[in-house]
Amino acid sequence: MENLLEIKNLHVSVEGKEILKGIDLAIKKGEIHAIMGPNGSGKSTLASVIVGNSRFNVTQGSIFFNGKNLLEMKPEDRAREGIFLSFQYPVEIPGVSMVNFMRAAVNEHRKYRGEDPISASDFLKLMRDKREMLGIDSQLVNRSVNEGFSGGEKKKNEIFQMAMLNPKLSILDETDSGLDIDALRIVATGVNKLHTKDDAVIVITHYQRLLDYIKPDVVHVLYNGKIIKTAGPELALELEENGYESLINNAME
Amino acid sequence: MIEQQYIDLFETYREVIDQNATEGLNKERDAAFEAFKKWGFPTSKLEDYKQSDISRAFDADLGLNLRNIPIPVNPYDAFKCDVPHLNAHVFFLINDRYYDKTQPDLPLPNGVFVGSLQTFSEKYPRSFSMYYNKIAAADNGVTAYNTMFAQDGFVVYVPENTVVEKPLQLINILRGGVNLNVNRRILLIAEKNADVKLLICDHTVDDVNFVVTQVTEMVAGENAQVEFYELEENSVKVTRISSLYCLQKEQSKVTAAGITLHNGYTRNDYRFRLSGEYAETHVGGLVISDKEQHTDNFAFLDHAVPHCTSNELFKYVLQEKSTGVFCGRILVEKGAQKTEAYQSNRNLCSSEDAHMYAKPQLEIYADDVKCSHGLTTGQLDEDALFYMQARGIPEEEARMLLMVAFTKDVVDMIHIDILHDRLEYLIDKRFRGELLRCGNCNVCK
Repeated sequence: MENLLEIKNLHVSVEGKEILKGIDLAIKKGEIHAIMGPNGSGKSTLASVIVGNSRFNVTQGSIFFNGKNLLEMKPEDRAREGIFLSFQYPVEIPGVSMVNFMRAAVNEHRKYRGEDPISASDFLKLMRDKREMLGIDSQLVNRSVNEGFSGGEKKKNEIFQMAMLNPKLSILDETDSGLDIDALRIVATGVNKLHTKDDAVIVITHYQRLLDYIKPDVVHVLYNGKIIKTAGPELALELEENGYESLINNAME
Repeated sequence: MIEQQYIDLFETYREVIDQNATEGLNKERDAAFEAFKKWGFPTSKLEDYKQSDISRAFDADLGLNLRNIPIPVNPYDAFKCDVPHLNAHVFFLINDRYYDKTQPDLPLPNGVFVGSLQTFSEKYPRSFSMYYNKIAAADNGVTAYNTMFAQDGFVVYVPENTVVEKPLQLINILRGGVNLNVNRRILLIAEKNADVKLLICDHTVDDVNFVVTQVTEMVAGENAQVEFYELEENSVKVTRISSLYCLQKEQSKVTAAGITLHNGYTRNDYRFRLSGEYAETHVGGLVISDKEQHTDNFAFLDHAVPHCTSNELFKYVLQEKSTGVFCGRILVEKGAQKTEAYQSNRNLCSSEDAHMYAKPQLEIYADDVKCSHGLTTGQLDEDALFYMQARGIPEEEARMLLMVAFTKDVVDMIHIDILHDRLEYLIDKRFRGELLRCGNCNVCK
């Protein structure tokens, strides 16, 4: 089967400093990949580059998504091609209601596919269905985007947006950080409910904890801008036991 | 001296001016003439006019319609104001004259007068002389100029204990075949326990230069409630110099908001005197500008007595080569204890050529007060923009949504629901460059 996401020899720098030093990664439909690694290893940079954050400079390599060259696309087009990032730090947007924000996003996706805008009643129904599916409070969607939300509410809201937009590739950037165990369960359950054999998920995390709920098919360890090890889900458990140190030492040799 | 031609004009045409006005209006001209000769038009040498030299607007060949030559216009044709409807009583001023063929609307409550300043001065001479030119400052050159030449205008008079349920709407229409100076006068009197809402919309029909002075005198009597909204949608060839003078008595509540949606060169003064205890003032301003538009809002809140509250919120979205100016002065007089006065000024400059000049001024002579001001000028939040793009919203659309969101809290000061919603729609269109600039009343259509 063809790869959904294919990254080859990706080098990325920010303000002249090289952060990613040759990443190769291939993900197929239906797969869940975990990317682990210590702080500062480049995990969030990788996520940002995939969604098109212009702060990061791609100096070498390529990213293809569904056979299309992502690096030539604007962030909004990548999103409409089906890439979704659950932000590590979701942004507060005072004055823009969740309803208007989501309606704009949903309609932009539809427009991209050549469809008419969604009707008001269908849209409200869609909002309600997704909200109920994820067990999210109606209050959350009646407010301005993320404004005054707690850390947990912000992360739940990310998953809600993911449900609304129905992406082909979801990237969860430290979605577990700042979550208590109940919120973590809601978020993880949501991700599992949304995941099908037709889409893929990248889970970026420091800890095994989230991977107890979202079971990865493949685990990668990213260190100092390179993937130093790729293995099955047992790798995450190993890391939980022994930490990154021995792995890093092996890689250095 | 720029003033000389106007001094000569006034002296030469004094008789014509008087003949085409009423005794009440004419009585005020001599003192105004003296004041004008003394003060002249404000120039940028004055601190309060540093960024807006008013005299320059008058350094031009402008006609004045002192003989009241009728200007052919049927506002009902020009402005289809009866469509989805604000559900308001609608009135018109053609330049500075009241349009006296106003179609009868539902009757107004007993004792309420809404109409021409000339008619009011003759029908209610006592009330007229009690208020006309009594609230406006005597030491402002442009206000004096307006008083010299004012021949008509618009009056809202609401007697004691009277509520006008439906909003009143005044539509100012600028028409002319040559460059014109228009001097418009507005009087709004809400007596004790009265309650009234007035919306004024400014429109330009003809493509000539207009220099407009507008002096609005407003009195909110004891426990009166007044809402006063202005929406400017003039052409770029219009200079608008508006001065609002408001006197508030005890427990009165006034909300005033000016929305500058499209303009040329604008100076709006909002001068409030809180002279009765427990009076409350809310003043808002929203400016959306591009091209080389210039908008200067000057707010002066004078807390003369204890226990009054004022709240100011002014926001600017400046694009292209436009200029915004804001000066907010709060004066808490000696003895005005327990004053609460808050001021906020937030500005977006979305191009390198846009300029914002902002100046908060707090003068406080009482020691038990709560006063604050906040001022920021910046660009759209890049993180928010990227977040929206990452959800599939194109950058241009995301900018639009963020700019509309930025204007929201000023629009929320408007308590007429239909107007509030209509404004949200118009602001969206303005940012998209789809706003019909004139020829139609966008509020009502």
